[in-house]
Amino acid sequence: MIWGWLLLLLPIVGGVFIVGSSAKAARSIALLATLATFGASIAAAFEFGVWGTGEYGLQSTVEWLPEVGINLSIGADSVAMLLILLTTFLMPLAVLGSWTAVGERLKEYYGWLLLIETAMIGVFLARDLVFFYICFEFTLVPMYFLIAIYGGAGRARACVKFFLYTFTGSLLALVGFLYVAWCYAETHGSWTFQISTLCEFAAGTFTLSQQLWVLTALVIGFAVKIPLFPLHTWLPLAHTEAPTAGSVILAGVLLKLGTYGIYRFVLPMTPDAVVEWAPILGILAIVGILYAGLICWVQTDVKKLVAYSSVSHLGFCVLGLFALNPLGLQGSVLYMINHGLSTGGLFFLVGMMYERYHTRDMDTVGGLAKRMPVWAFFMVFFVLASVGLPGLNGFVSEFLCLLGTFAAGDSGSYPGVYGPWFAAFAALGMIVAAMYLLIMVGKIVFGALKEPAVDDHHGLPADLSAREITVLVPIAVMCVVLGVQPWIAMDAMEGSINETLAAYPGIVKDAIQQVADSGTSLLVGGQKP
Amino acid sequence: MTMSNHLWFLIPEAILMVGVVITAITGLMRSVSIRQSTPAVAAVFVIASGVASVFVFSPEHLDTTTFLMPALGRWVGVITSAVGLVLILNSVGQVDRRLEKAVAAGRLRFDPLRASGGEYYAFMLLSLAGLMLICTANDLIWLFLALELTSLPTYVLVAMSRTNKLAQEAAMKYFFLGAMSAAIFLYGFALLYAATGTIEFDQMRRAFQSQTADGGLGALAIAGLLLSLFGIGFKLAAAPLHLYAADVYEGASAPVTAFLGFVPKAAGVLAIMMLLVTTGLSELSNSLPYPIMIMLWVVAVLTMTLGNIGALLQRSIKRMLAYSSIAHSGYLMIGIIAGPGIGYTAVLFYLLAYGIGNTAAFSVLSALERRGEELTTLEDLAGLRKRHPLMAAVLAISSGSLLGFPPLLGFWGKLMLFIAGIQTGQIVLVIIAAVNSAISGWYYLKLVAVPVMATPTARSESVERGPSNWPRVAGVIMVVATLVLPIFLSWLYMQSSDSAQTAAAMRARTQAESTEVLESAQASARLVPVPGVQASLNSPSNR
Repeated sequence: MIWGWLLLLLPIVGGVFIVGSSAKAARSIALLATLATFGASIAAAFEFGVWGTGEYGLQSTVEWLPEVGINLSIGADSVAMLLILLTTFLMPLAVLGSWTAVGERLKEYYGWLLLIETAMIGVFLARDLVFFYICFEFTLVPMYFLIAIYGGAGRARACVKFFLYTFTGSLLALVGFLYVAWCYAETHGSWTFQISTLCEFAAGTFTLSQQLWVLTALVIGFAVKIPLFPLHTWLPLAHTEAPTAGSVILAGVLLKLGTYGIYRFVLPMTPDAVVEWAPILGILAIVGILYAGLICWVQTDVKKLVAYSSVSHLGFCVLGLFALNPLGLQGSVLYMINHGLSTGGLFFLVGMMYERYHTRDMDTVGGLAKRMPVWAFFMVFFVLASVGLPGLNGFVSEFLCLLGTFAAGDSGSYPGVYGPWFAAFAALGMIVAAMYLLIMVGKIVFGALKEPAVDDHHGLPADLSAREITVLVPIAVMCVVLGVQPWIAMDAMEGSINETLAAYPGIVKDAIQQVADSGTSLLVGGQKP
Repeated sequence: MTMSNHLWFLIPEAILMVGVVITAITGLMRSVSIRQSTPAVAAVFVIASGVASVFVFSPEHLDTTTFLMPALGRWVGVITSAVGLVLILNSVGQVDRRLEKAVAAGRLRFDPLRASGGEYYAFMLLSLAGLMLICTANDLIWLFLALELTSLPTYVLVAMSRTNKLAQEAAMKYFFLGAMSAAIFLYGFALLYAATGTIEFDQMRRAFQSQTADGGLGALAIAGLLLSLFGIGFKLAAAPLHLYAADVYEGASAPVTAFLGFVPKAAGVLAIMMLLVTTGLSELSNSLPYPIMIMLWVVAVLTMTLGNIGALLQRSIKRMLAYSSIAHSGYLMIGIIAGPGIGYTAVLFYLLAYGIGNTAAFSVLSALERRGEELTTLEDLAGLRKRHPLMAAVLAISSGSLLGFPPLLGFWGKLMLFIAGIQTGQIVLVIIAAVNSAISGWYYLKLVAVPVMATPTARSESVERGPSNWPRVAGVIMVVATLVLPIFLSWLYMQSSDSAQTAAAMRARTQAESTEVLESAQASARLVPVPGVQASLNSPSNR
């Protein structure tokens, strides 16, 4: 199918045009290219044809290194397609959002933005492990340069830390992948890196200890990206120092590459090991939720606050994934999308404020509702979306994640290991989130007007310009749509999620069988046989 | 195999030898234009020998050889000439620089005794010829001579590359340690002779095979192998014989350092592969004797770890790259441990990837200078991106390739080594290598970050273009190669795996094929046997 390749190539074509154009034209070309990619992704979504089923659409394969089974093989299931839509939706906004913020080395800047779009789409489209790995790693390069060249004062440390953390993690994941591929080659006599084949193979034949090793390697790789406590320390730095569009892409899509990796590889590849380790990962996620939440509480830097809130929010996402039932997984995937929208919006808003005042310190700026009412409206809107106000998008996904966690203990056919206690502790995170986000709103939006002495606004109007409103409105609309009609996305992803969890009901049956055989309870988490 | 047959395979080296003579003459000519054409002459001969090795090692000629790895010469010949060409380009304008300047200004008359341009290129070609000769080695003496032919010219190159004391010191160090290591592996060779009673690889292989059949290699053979591998480890800068590398690399000029980073290393790796194949290893029976395995394993881990940690601690660019090249030797050992088949394929592929990446990085150092001197510390690179964007890009991409970042060529090299290691059950080794790659990210990233982010200082502001534009060209060519070659991955893989085949595996395959052909021929009731098949079945060398 041509659409998949088109999605990958359009941004690159735009990049080539940018190289050949003048610096002035660069941003218009970038906008056109990202819009064209968005258009192509909408068309691809209509062409997709397998919404709601567990099938793959947009499939196509080009041989690359057939001797070791490495091919350029693409295709997307519904979840991947949703995330592609999220990516292509955010990218034109990211370009539009950096319209005035970036003033130097324009060609390079927009070139990197387009490259990272291709890499991100590549991650979601890849059906070949090596191709996946290449795209997964390659997202580092543009982001590295975006931070290194256009970042804030502490950018040197931030980008190096970001690069090394992720690079190290994914190398370990690569070894895990290669191990699985080798085991396959051992039994079948020929190499393959086809993701679905390898997942099926590993789930079917690996012993528990093999699965545990693979799980460890993969989880380390993906946990750095998510980031899961205690591997999260690169994130606040990178987020704070990145330019606005960089933060939006980082929070909006790049973090989801980690959770997507868990969804795509860890869950279907190593089911027994996942059941074994889910409690530990769940505890780490909850610690992350609460710990990052508490850090947010004491932040004075708005951008850092939003960055840490990402750590906290992604904890829910991980919890939903390892709840191991369709509810939790649906919530988790929905959370990936919703977090991309609402946090992306928040980063845009912080960036717009920063462009005007050149500070993000809540002690020096405050009460901006008086100066920038439109900005203040959007700020309150996205904060509420982020907090999980019913009616906006955050609520549904957070609720589903918690519901999945809560029900995990006795949801019949799925081997849940969590249960009410996990849900209760995680729910504390929601309260903390409401606290720190509302405190932030209280400080910078309401209260007495505080402005730093020097504010020439750099040619921008006091309140948001039409361009800036154009950036925010689509995100806000999507927040409302997904808040009111979440079933659009939930129905679409149902089949794929069942496919990913296909191995799990079997584990329960085996366990019940064992219980029946031995008469002792082997199940964790209060499962009633 | 007759003598004339063996001579046929020496055509590429013979071409280089002619080049040696001609460059030695042109480099000493009174006419400036002829003198300046010396690098071009050397380049022509290097290219010619590369082309020749493709034809020389064509399949029809390989049937008649007794080489243990018959097709090795093709791959090695081509990459040697490709990398060699870049190494020559790197040197343009560097040799005899002061002398030529003085002559041009009329302050000095040209004196052949003081010029070294001719010898410089001649020695380079000699050393390249030594590297190619390793592939056609048939006995221990040949292997020893080829190794020494690779190394001896490099000692001189280091000494003549710069006129300061540092270079002299480096040359002395390099020479004495090199001589010592040569003594070690020569002693090892002697023990191997004692163990088998022959110096011919083919007969040694038979002797070893019968020893193995009798319950393992004898103690003499093991001792001989250990000593040989240990000694040859010097050429690779493999731990514990790696300590010279940093000093020597720092002392020599950048083009010579680039040369040292590739040619002796490739020679050492190939020699080790040869020796291991001699012990009876092949794709069919792939198990190293236990003591050898342990030694290689320990050396691999030490080499990559010490190399990477050493590189982390350096402020000098050349020392950093020196340590990084030590680390790459460690990675290469994974492929050697993995053995014939996918392991050696990965080694050959990695040699290409490493050669290109490393040479490109050194091209940058050859292309830039500060007040007529080479760049030394990392600070000299600060803000390079602004003043020399092209060179900063070359440095960034070549570091990325050395780091093994997808989708650059270096990534595929590393991926193949990892696959080879995992396939032979060396998972722990591969994990160690992965951790090491992660460590190497720290310092390779400096080579990307400093030119982009660091604020320029007075020192780095005075960095300007070197005397010649050719090193720039060389760097750009190599970087384009790291970007473009991954597209032809499948073809490259085929070539390297063909070249890495051992004779034993080739014979087994042709035999299997010929029986098939013969059977089908008989089935079709043709009375005339297929000539080629019959010949290959009857000829004793194909047993």
